[in-house]
Amino acid sequence: MIHSQTEEFAVEATSLVKTFGDNKAVAGVDLKVPTGTIYGVLGPNGAGKTTTINMLTTLLRPDKGTAKIFGHDVVGEAQLVRQLIGVTGQYASVDETLSATENLVIFSRLLGLSKKEAKKKAADLLEEFGLTEASKRPLAKFSGGMRRRLDLAASLIAQPPLIFLDEPTTGLDPRTRTQMWQTIRRLVSSGSTVLLTTQYLDEADQLADRIAVIDQGKVVAEGTTSELKASIGTSALQLRLADSKKTADAVAMVKTVLKTSAVTFEGGLITAPMSNPDVVTDLLVKFRSNSIHLSEVSVQKPTLDEVFLTITGHGVEDNKEGETV
Amino acid sequence: MTTAVIVPGADRNLKNRTSLKQSVQNSFTMAYRGLLKIKRTPEQLFDVTLQPILFTLMFTYLFGGAISGNIASYLPIIIPGILIQTVITTSVVTGVQLREDMNKGVFARFKSLPIARIAPLAGALLAGTVRYGIATVLTFAMGYIMGYRPGAGIGGVIAGGLLTILFAWCISWIFAFFGVIARTASSVQGISLLVLFPLTFLSNAFVPVNTLPQWLQWFVSINPLSHLISAVRDLANAGTIGQDFWLSLLGVIVVVAIFAPLTVRAYMRKA
Repeated sequence: MIHSQTEEFAVEATSLVKTFGDNKAVAGVDLKVPTGTIYGVLGPNGAGKTTTINMLTTLLRPDKGTAKIFGHDVVGEAQLVRQLIGVTGQYASVDETLSATENLVIFSRLLGLSKKEAKKKAADLLEEFGLTEASKRPLAKFSGGMRRRLDLAASLIAQPPLIFLDEPTTGLDPRTRTQMWQTIRRLVSSGSTVLLTTQYLDEADQLADRIAVIDQGKVVAEGTTSELKASIGTSALQLRLADSKKTADAVAMVKTVLKTSAVTFEGGLITAPMSNPDVVTDLLVKFRSNSIHLSEVSVQKPTLDEVFLTITGHGVEDNKEGETV
Repeated sequence: MTTAVIVPGADRNLKNRTSLKQSVQNSFTMAYRGLLKIKRTPEQLFDVTLQPILFTLMFTYLFGGAISGNIASYLPIIIPGILIQTVITTSVVTGVQLREDMNKGVFARFKSLPIARIAPLAGALLAGTVRYGIATVLTFAMGYIMGYRPGAGIGGVIAGGLLTILFAWCISWIFAFFGVIARTASSVQGISLLVLFPLTFLSNAFVPVNTLPQWLQWFVSINPLSHLISAVRDLANAGTIGQDFWLSLLGVIVVVAIFAPLTVRAYMRKA
């Protein structure tokens, strides 16, 4: 049923291909972004993230494959698609020589607002993004974080139901980054769908409901954050003993109770894979009855870095330079 | 945060085309943007302010005696000539600035907005007309100071000025095309001046055509700028509209008909 499809998916891309000369920047990407979610496209520099975004936002025409935004084709109905999306590019797409207000007023006017409405919209957005004080300054004097915020504000003028953010926090300091994350979360709570690309694994982990891992122009893994983590294995249980003399006894008990031989002891920490969290209770009860006391118990989840390494078979740093698209 | 809940994409009633009204509105907004930029960097108006003054002074005193016997009788010939040369040269700047502008990130946003595809280009070109206007006023004013009294009075001068501005706007589509396809602003300048130099000098702007060798007379007679210069002379000096007026008008309409779609297509293909 076409109707339910358009409601369900904000983005539906099927085998998208884009080649630049000899370089197959995007080599058959499939994406399905459910409406109302934050979807993360994760990959290293030059993986084809920006090229994919450019095709989805009608800036580039795909060589092969199709993409639909809320059921509308990005090639055949480009002008219609543009009314449904907001795009914040990797590089600030605002006018450097003009002030923040002037920028927002011009974009608002272009989107059909009257002079009065445009001024109000600009003031509202600047207020919302904490830029009111700087509204009259030329952008040349803006910090990177302020510029990104203005950029995002400009994408929200038309209140588009789908927002593309291409590496929204690249180059930002940790504090500004956290602010940006909060803003993105608020967007989704007001009903938007967000598709963001990132090369920061923790960013995808923090924000995204679902993640597609993209490498060398292909989606190499897709799923929820926990699915992806689960796909590379289990969490690890870490224990620190109050009395290290009892280490040998404790390790033996962990091996029998958790039914595993892969127990390590390093830096005062006993680490064991935890495939069934339920049996940990048994282990703790056994420790208690044998008067082995613990000073620390923690569970280590696999990080997305490990996920990435496992899926692509190479580390993030391994990618050649100069592949950036 | 925006309190209004965002209307879901599937519930929106949208059209996949841009109306003419919207195209015109978008173009004027983009022109407004161009004017704001001029306001922020007024030094970019040097060429349209200094060139008319300098050229009018130089060429009039240099050639006046030799060609027309005295300055006064040369002015009605050279002022329209210099006017066209200055304004057309200025229209190159439109292409150069367009290239500079397009190298910036903001153009990516213009492309992703649901606006008329032609607007960022048309707007830049429209803002250019302000520059042509300044150059036109200054050239006529300079001529007046030097003793030029157009036979057709102020009405003829205004008509000639408007025709010049319209012509320059149409011609600027050629340079906008170079602007879109070239990679750097300086290469746009290079190519454009190469085209312009022969066009402006190999015309009837400065000398009577009958003093030229036969083959050159032929080129001058088909040079559209010659027709424009004659048309402006007719308007400003005699207040008449002749064949040259219609020929130059037809010429620029053809230029726009060819270069506007070509430029827009090239613009859209460049990501």
